Amino acid sequence: MLIAKEVTREYRSGDQQLAVLRDVSFTIPDGAFVAIVGPSGSGKTTLLGLLAGLDTPTRGSVILDGHDLTTMNENQRARLRGEKVGFVFQSFQLIPTLTARENIQVPLELQGADGAAARADELLDRVGLKARGHHFPSQLSGGEQQRVAIARAFANNPRILFADEPTGNLDAVTGSRVFELLESLNRESGSTIILVTHDATLAQRASRTIRLADGNVVGDSGAVAG
Amino acid sequence: MTSPSGVSSSGRASLRQLAGLTWRESRSARRRLLLYMSAISLGVAALVAIDSFADNVTRSVREQSRALLGGDISFSSNRPYSPGQKAFLDTLATRNKASYAHVVTFPSMALVPRTGNTRLTQVRAVSSNYPFYGEITTSPAGKWASLKTNAVALVDPSLLVALNARIGDTLTLGLGKFEIAATLKDVPGTAGVAEIIGPRIFIPERYVPETQLLVFGSTADYGTLAKFPAGANPDKIIGPERPKLEKMQLRARTVTQSEENTTDAIKQLSQFIGIVGLVALLLGGVGVASGVRAFVSRKIDTVAILRCIGASSGQVLAMYVAQAAAMGLLGSIAGAALGVAVQFGLPSVFGDFLPVDVSVTLEPAAIFTGIAIGTWIALIFSLRPLLALRNVSPLQTLRRDADSEILRMRWNDVPRVMVDVALALSVVGIALLRAGTVRQGLAISGATFLVIGILSLSAILLSWVSRKALRDGWPYVVRQGVANLYRPANQTRSVILSLGFGAFLITTLVLVQSNLLKQFNIKIDQSNANLVFFDIQEDQFLPVDSLVKSRGRVLQTAPVVTMRVAAINDRTVEQIIGDAREKITADSLARAKRGEKPLTRQESRDRQRNQARGPAGRQPAGRPGWALRREFRSTYRDKLTPTEKITSGKWFGTAPMKGDTGEVSLEKDVAEELHVKLGDVITWDVQGIQIPSRVTSMREVTWERFEPNFFAVFSPPSLRDAPKQFVLLADVPGTQTVAALQRDIVKRFPNVSSLDLSLVKQTVAKILKKVSTAIRFMALFSLAMGIPVLFSAVAATRRDRIREGVLLKTLGATRGQIMKILLAEYALLGLLGSLTGMVLAIGGGWAITHFVFENEFSPALLAALAIAGGMLALTITIGLLAGRDVFRETPMSALRES
Repeated sequence: MLIAKEVTREYRSGDQQLAVLRDVSFTIPDGAFVAIVGPSGSGKTTLLGLLAGLDTPTRGSVILDGHDLTTMNENQRARLRGEKVGFVFQSFQLIPTLTARENIQVPLELQGADGAAARADELLDRVGLKARGHHFPSQLSGGEQQRVAIARAFANNPRILFADEPTGNLDAVTGSRVFELLESLNRESGSTIILVTHDATLAQRASRTIRLADGNVVGDSGAVAG
Repeated sequence: MTSPSGVSSSGRASLRQLAGLTWRESRSARRRLLLYMSAISLGVAALVAIDSFADNVTRSVREQSRALLGGDISFSSNRPYSPGQKAFLDTLATRNKASYAHVVTFPSMALVPRTGNTRLTQVRAVSSNYPFYGEITTSPAGKWASLKTNAVALVDPSLLVALNARIGDTLTLGLGKFEIAATLKDVPGTAGVAEIIGPRIFIPERYVPETQLLVFGSTADYGTLAKFPAGANPDKIIGPERPKLEKMQLRARTVTQSEENTTDAIKQLSQFIGIVGLVALLLGGVGVASGVRAFVSRKIDTVAILRCIGASSGQVLAMYVAQAAAMGLLGSIAGAALGVAVQFGLPSVFGDFLPVDVSVTLEPAAIFTGIAIGTWIALIFSLRPLLALRNVSPLQTLRRDADSEILRMRWNDVPRVMVDVALALSVVGIALLRAGTVRQGLAISGATFLVIGILSLSAILLSWVSRKALRDGWPYVVRQGVANLYRPANQTRSVILSLGFGAFLITTLVLVQSNLLKQFNIKIDQSNANLVFFDIQEDQFLPVDSLVKSRGRVLQTAPVVTMRVAAINDRTVEQIIGDAREKITADSLARAKRGEKPLTRQESRDRQRNQARGPAGRQPAGRPGWALRREFRSTYRDKLTPTEKITSGKWFGTAPMKGDTGEVSLEKDVAEELHVKLGDVITWDVQGIQIPSRVTSMREVTWERFEPNFFAVFSPPSLRDAPKQFVLLADVPGTQTVAALQRDIVKRFPNVSSLDLSLVKQTVAKILKKVSTAIRFMALFSLAMGIPVLFSAVAATRRDRIREGVLLKTLGATRGQIMKILLAEYALLGLLGSLTGMVLAIGGGWAITHFVFENEFSPALLAALAIAGGMLALTITIGLLAGRDVFRETPMSALRES
């Protein structure tokens, strides 16, 4: 379960306080597939950062799987992310100095898990890149890099997966395949997926859509009253 | 915890896992990081080479110390032994079952009648059992034993060349005739250069009377070597006898003392060179810091990802600190390996100056110390930029800020302040560890901080001035280049700091070197004399004088009277020294009462020496009351020579003597050592006769010129009747005439020695050349050090420059325009950095020349400007190399990267 309670995020710009998000509240149950949509500058990425504990709100709170992120320090949040959260980014964000297999191993190793290499091989197989495990990110195509990133996101069986424009850097066909992979992995693992996109087609495949405009929630297809 | 996939997790990465991740993550960065760390390699190399060499020398001295001295104790006096001295040695021998060997050392002209050539030599007349320890080897071998039976001479090979002689020739010393039986191969205890100044000749002691050279007042050193039965402790035997020895003016040196004297000199030399190494190491540290800053910028994205997927800031920091430490260790090991290689070459450079054969062995202590200091410097200097990685937010994966924005640290960030303090303490600590004294250590670290401070200030000033001075009317490329100096993420400070520090170091070395060498050369060249005669007896003076005048000019003659100080202001020398001793005993009692530590042997020796000589005493090698006990060779005249200047009091000139007390003018340093001021009366013992004299003036003397100079110059009436010898300084044209004149004088007056000053000048020039080569090597070494440092400094912002350049190129900038932008920026940086370094170096050079060498400073501006020009060119070259990379990258690659 992911709960946002009156989340506000302000930034200081010179003498002015700029509110990028204002009093955003919603609850996302386990296993849901939620798309956050809205035009550029509406606050989507800021909201994603706050929900994933990459940043903290100016006011309000975020509760991830029973943990209030706003009461935790950065290192505690990092640990929680390592245990419960996975990420897929628009620009893949693979570590360029590590091979595909090693990139997948990282979250497991940071958790002190045993059998990281075997798990990485299993995931590489699952995303169809079994033969490419020893390649570095620069030796892979965009679609392949994103598949490695997805494998890495699922490595520690996250309770919740955040995806920021995961197909934004890919052509339509590749993007669609990558998204299908994301969906099927989600089905298998039962994780919650929070997808940030302004691709309407992609958003339609989600079970619920939260629409942002100018820092406010202007629509929520699955809002629960109260 | 067990996850659904069957992967079990402890929730925290084990050390092994983190180490594995660190190792894999460092994959592409290792070479780059090692390159940055190589900035410290040369510094480590210097430390290891110098320390190892010093250890080698100390070890060799210890191993060969008995051979160096030749016996367990060496006694010496510059007069034939008195009955009292003889009785003392006899009692000592009976009591301790000691046996004695003798060696009398004196200068003499050597003549080979077959070729007619002459040369001033050092004669060593030895008893048949000399030396007790160590072996003197000859060529042909085994000829040392021939000294026991025949009137033979064993000579330095250089003497054969100088005299155009060969083995088997007859050699005359005074009236004695000797057969040259062999040349000397190895004589323990003398440095190679000693041979050039005065070649050695060993003859049997019993033939000395035949030479008739040792007459009353001749310069000679009468030495006795003592050998004790195995197990005896020479220091313990001689310790209680010291006061007696001092009183009867018999010097005694034990193996331990001679060891200390030799190793002290080596330690001082290695300390001086070690300081250059230390500064080079700190410069390397600055380079490491710049390099690591560049490294850190490249790692922002990776750190953001790691943070995003669960790494704590501590884990991230640990990973990169481990990488930096490992590479620092590798850089230091590489430096140590280089240092060891250099160490093997050092004996061939310094061997001539050392009294022992240095056996080069690996010195683990020196190697490990070098590696430890190097790794620590690399680590502490990289820690500061690495700390910034803690601030990399995982949010950077979603939205990337500028590098400088992300890496900015607050001034009051506690870990940063702690690292700064640790850095400062490390500099001070290592300086203290390396320097000879606390004062020196503090001075070095203080100067380092001052230089860094001034360079940082000038960098800030440059940024400020360029911001204020920038005008819209300037061409675009110039505006862009100048703006680079103050824009965010500018490299002004790091480049100015490393460039300025490098320029400062190199220029200071060169300035000090040229200053010292120049002064030497001026002083030597000022002297016209090319021949000096000494030990001329009173009755020989007129005939020698006229013989010289028949071939050339007599420039100066001086009578020489040997004497000792008997009393100062009616207090005898014994009383004065006794007072100083009492004061020291009282001091140590007071220290004990106050619960302070007793002084070390060295400290109390220094104190004793200073107190016996007065507060401003310098510290040449010697025992308490060195100046009080020494033999003075004084003169009398009514005119000053060009090498002298009155600093206080009034020159006596031709003033007649008032009463029984004559007048004397003292050299100002010896007056300080004697603790004597104007108006004091010194009573001199001139061969048994007490002669009082009042100090009426002090003189400053330029000793470096080859002219007879004296500590004490008397008014003629005070000393005219004393027994004396003469020194004569001449200018004789042509080497053939010089040789002929020397030959004629030796034939008629065998006891008169002469020295061809052109030979001495050549020798000094040779030594100076060696010294200046060594200094030039160090300057080059520092320059070599500066290049990787400067590269690191520029590397820190290279990526930004390339990215900007590629963007400009995409927007239509030509290669020429981009090059001009870079040229404007780097030319300004280079100009300010090298000029600030130069100005600081002039200050540093002055301070070293003034305080350390106590000399006048005149900066070699041309050399300094040349170095500044070189550094400027280097900076521009390195800057433009970055520009070349702009044209290697395609616009797409840069845009994709950003």
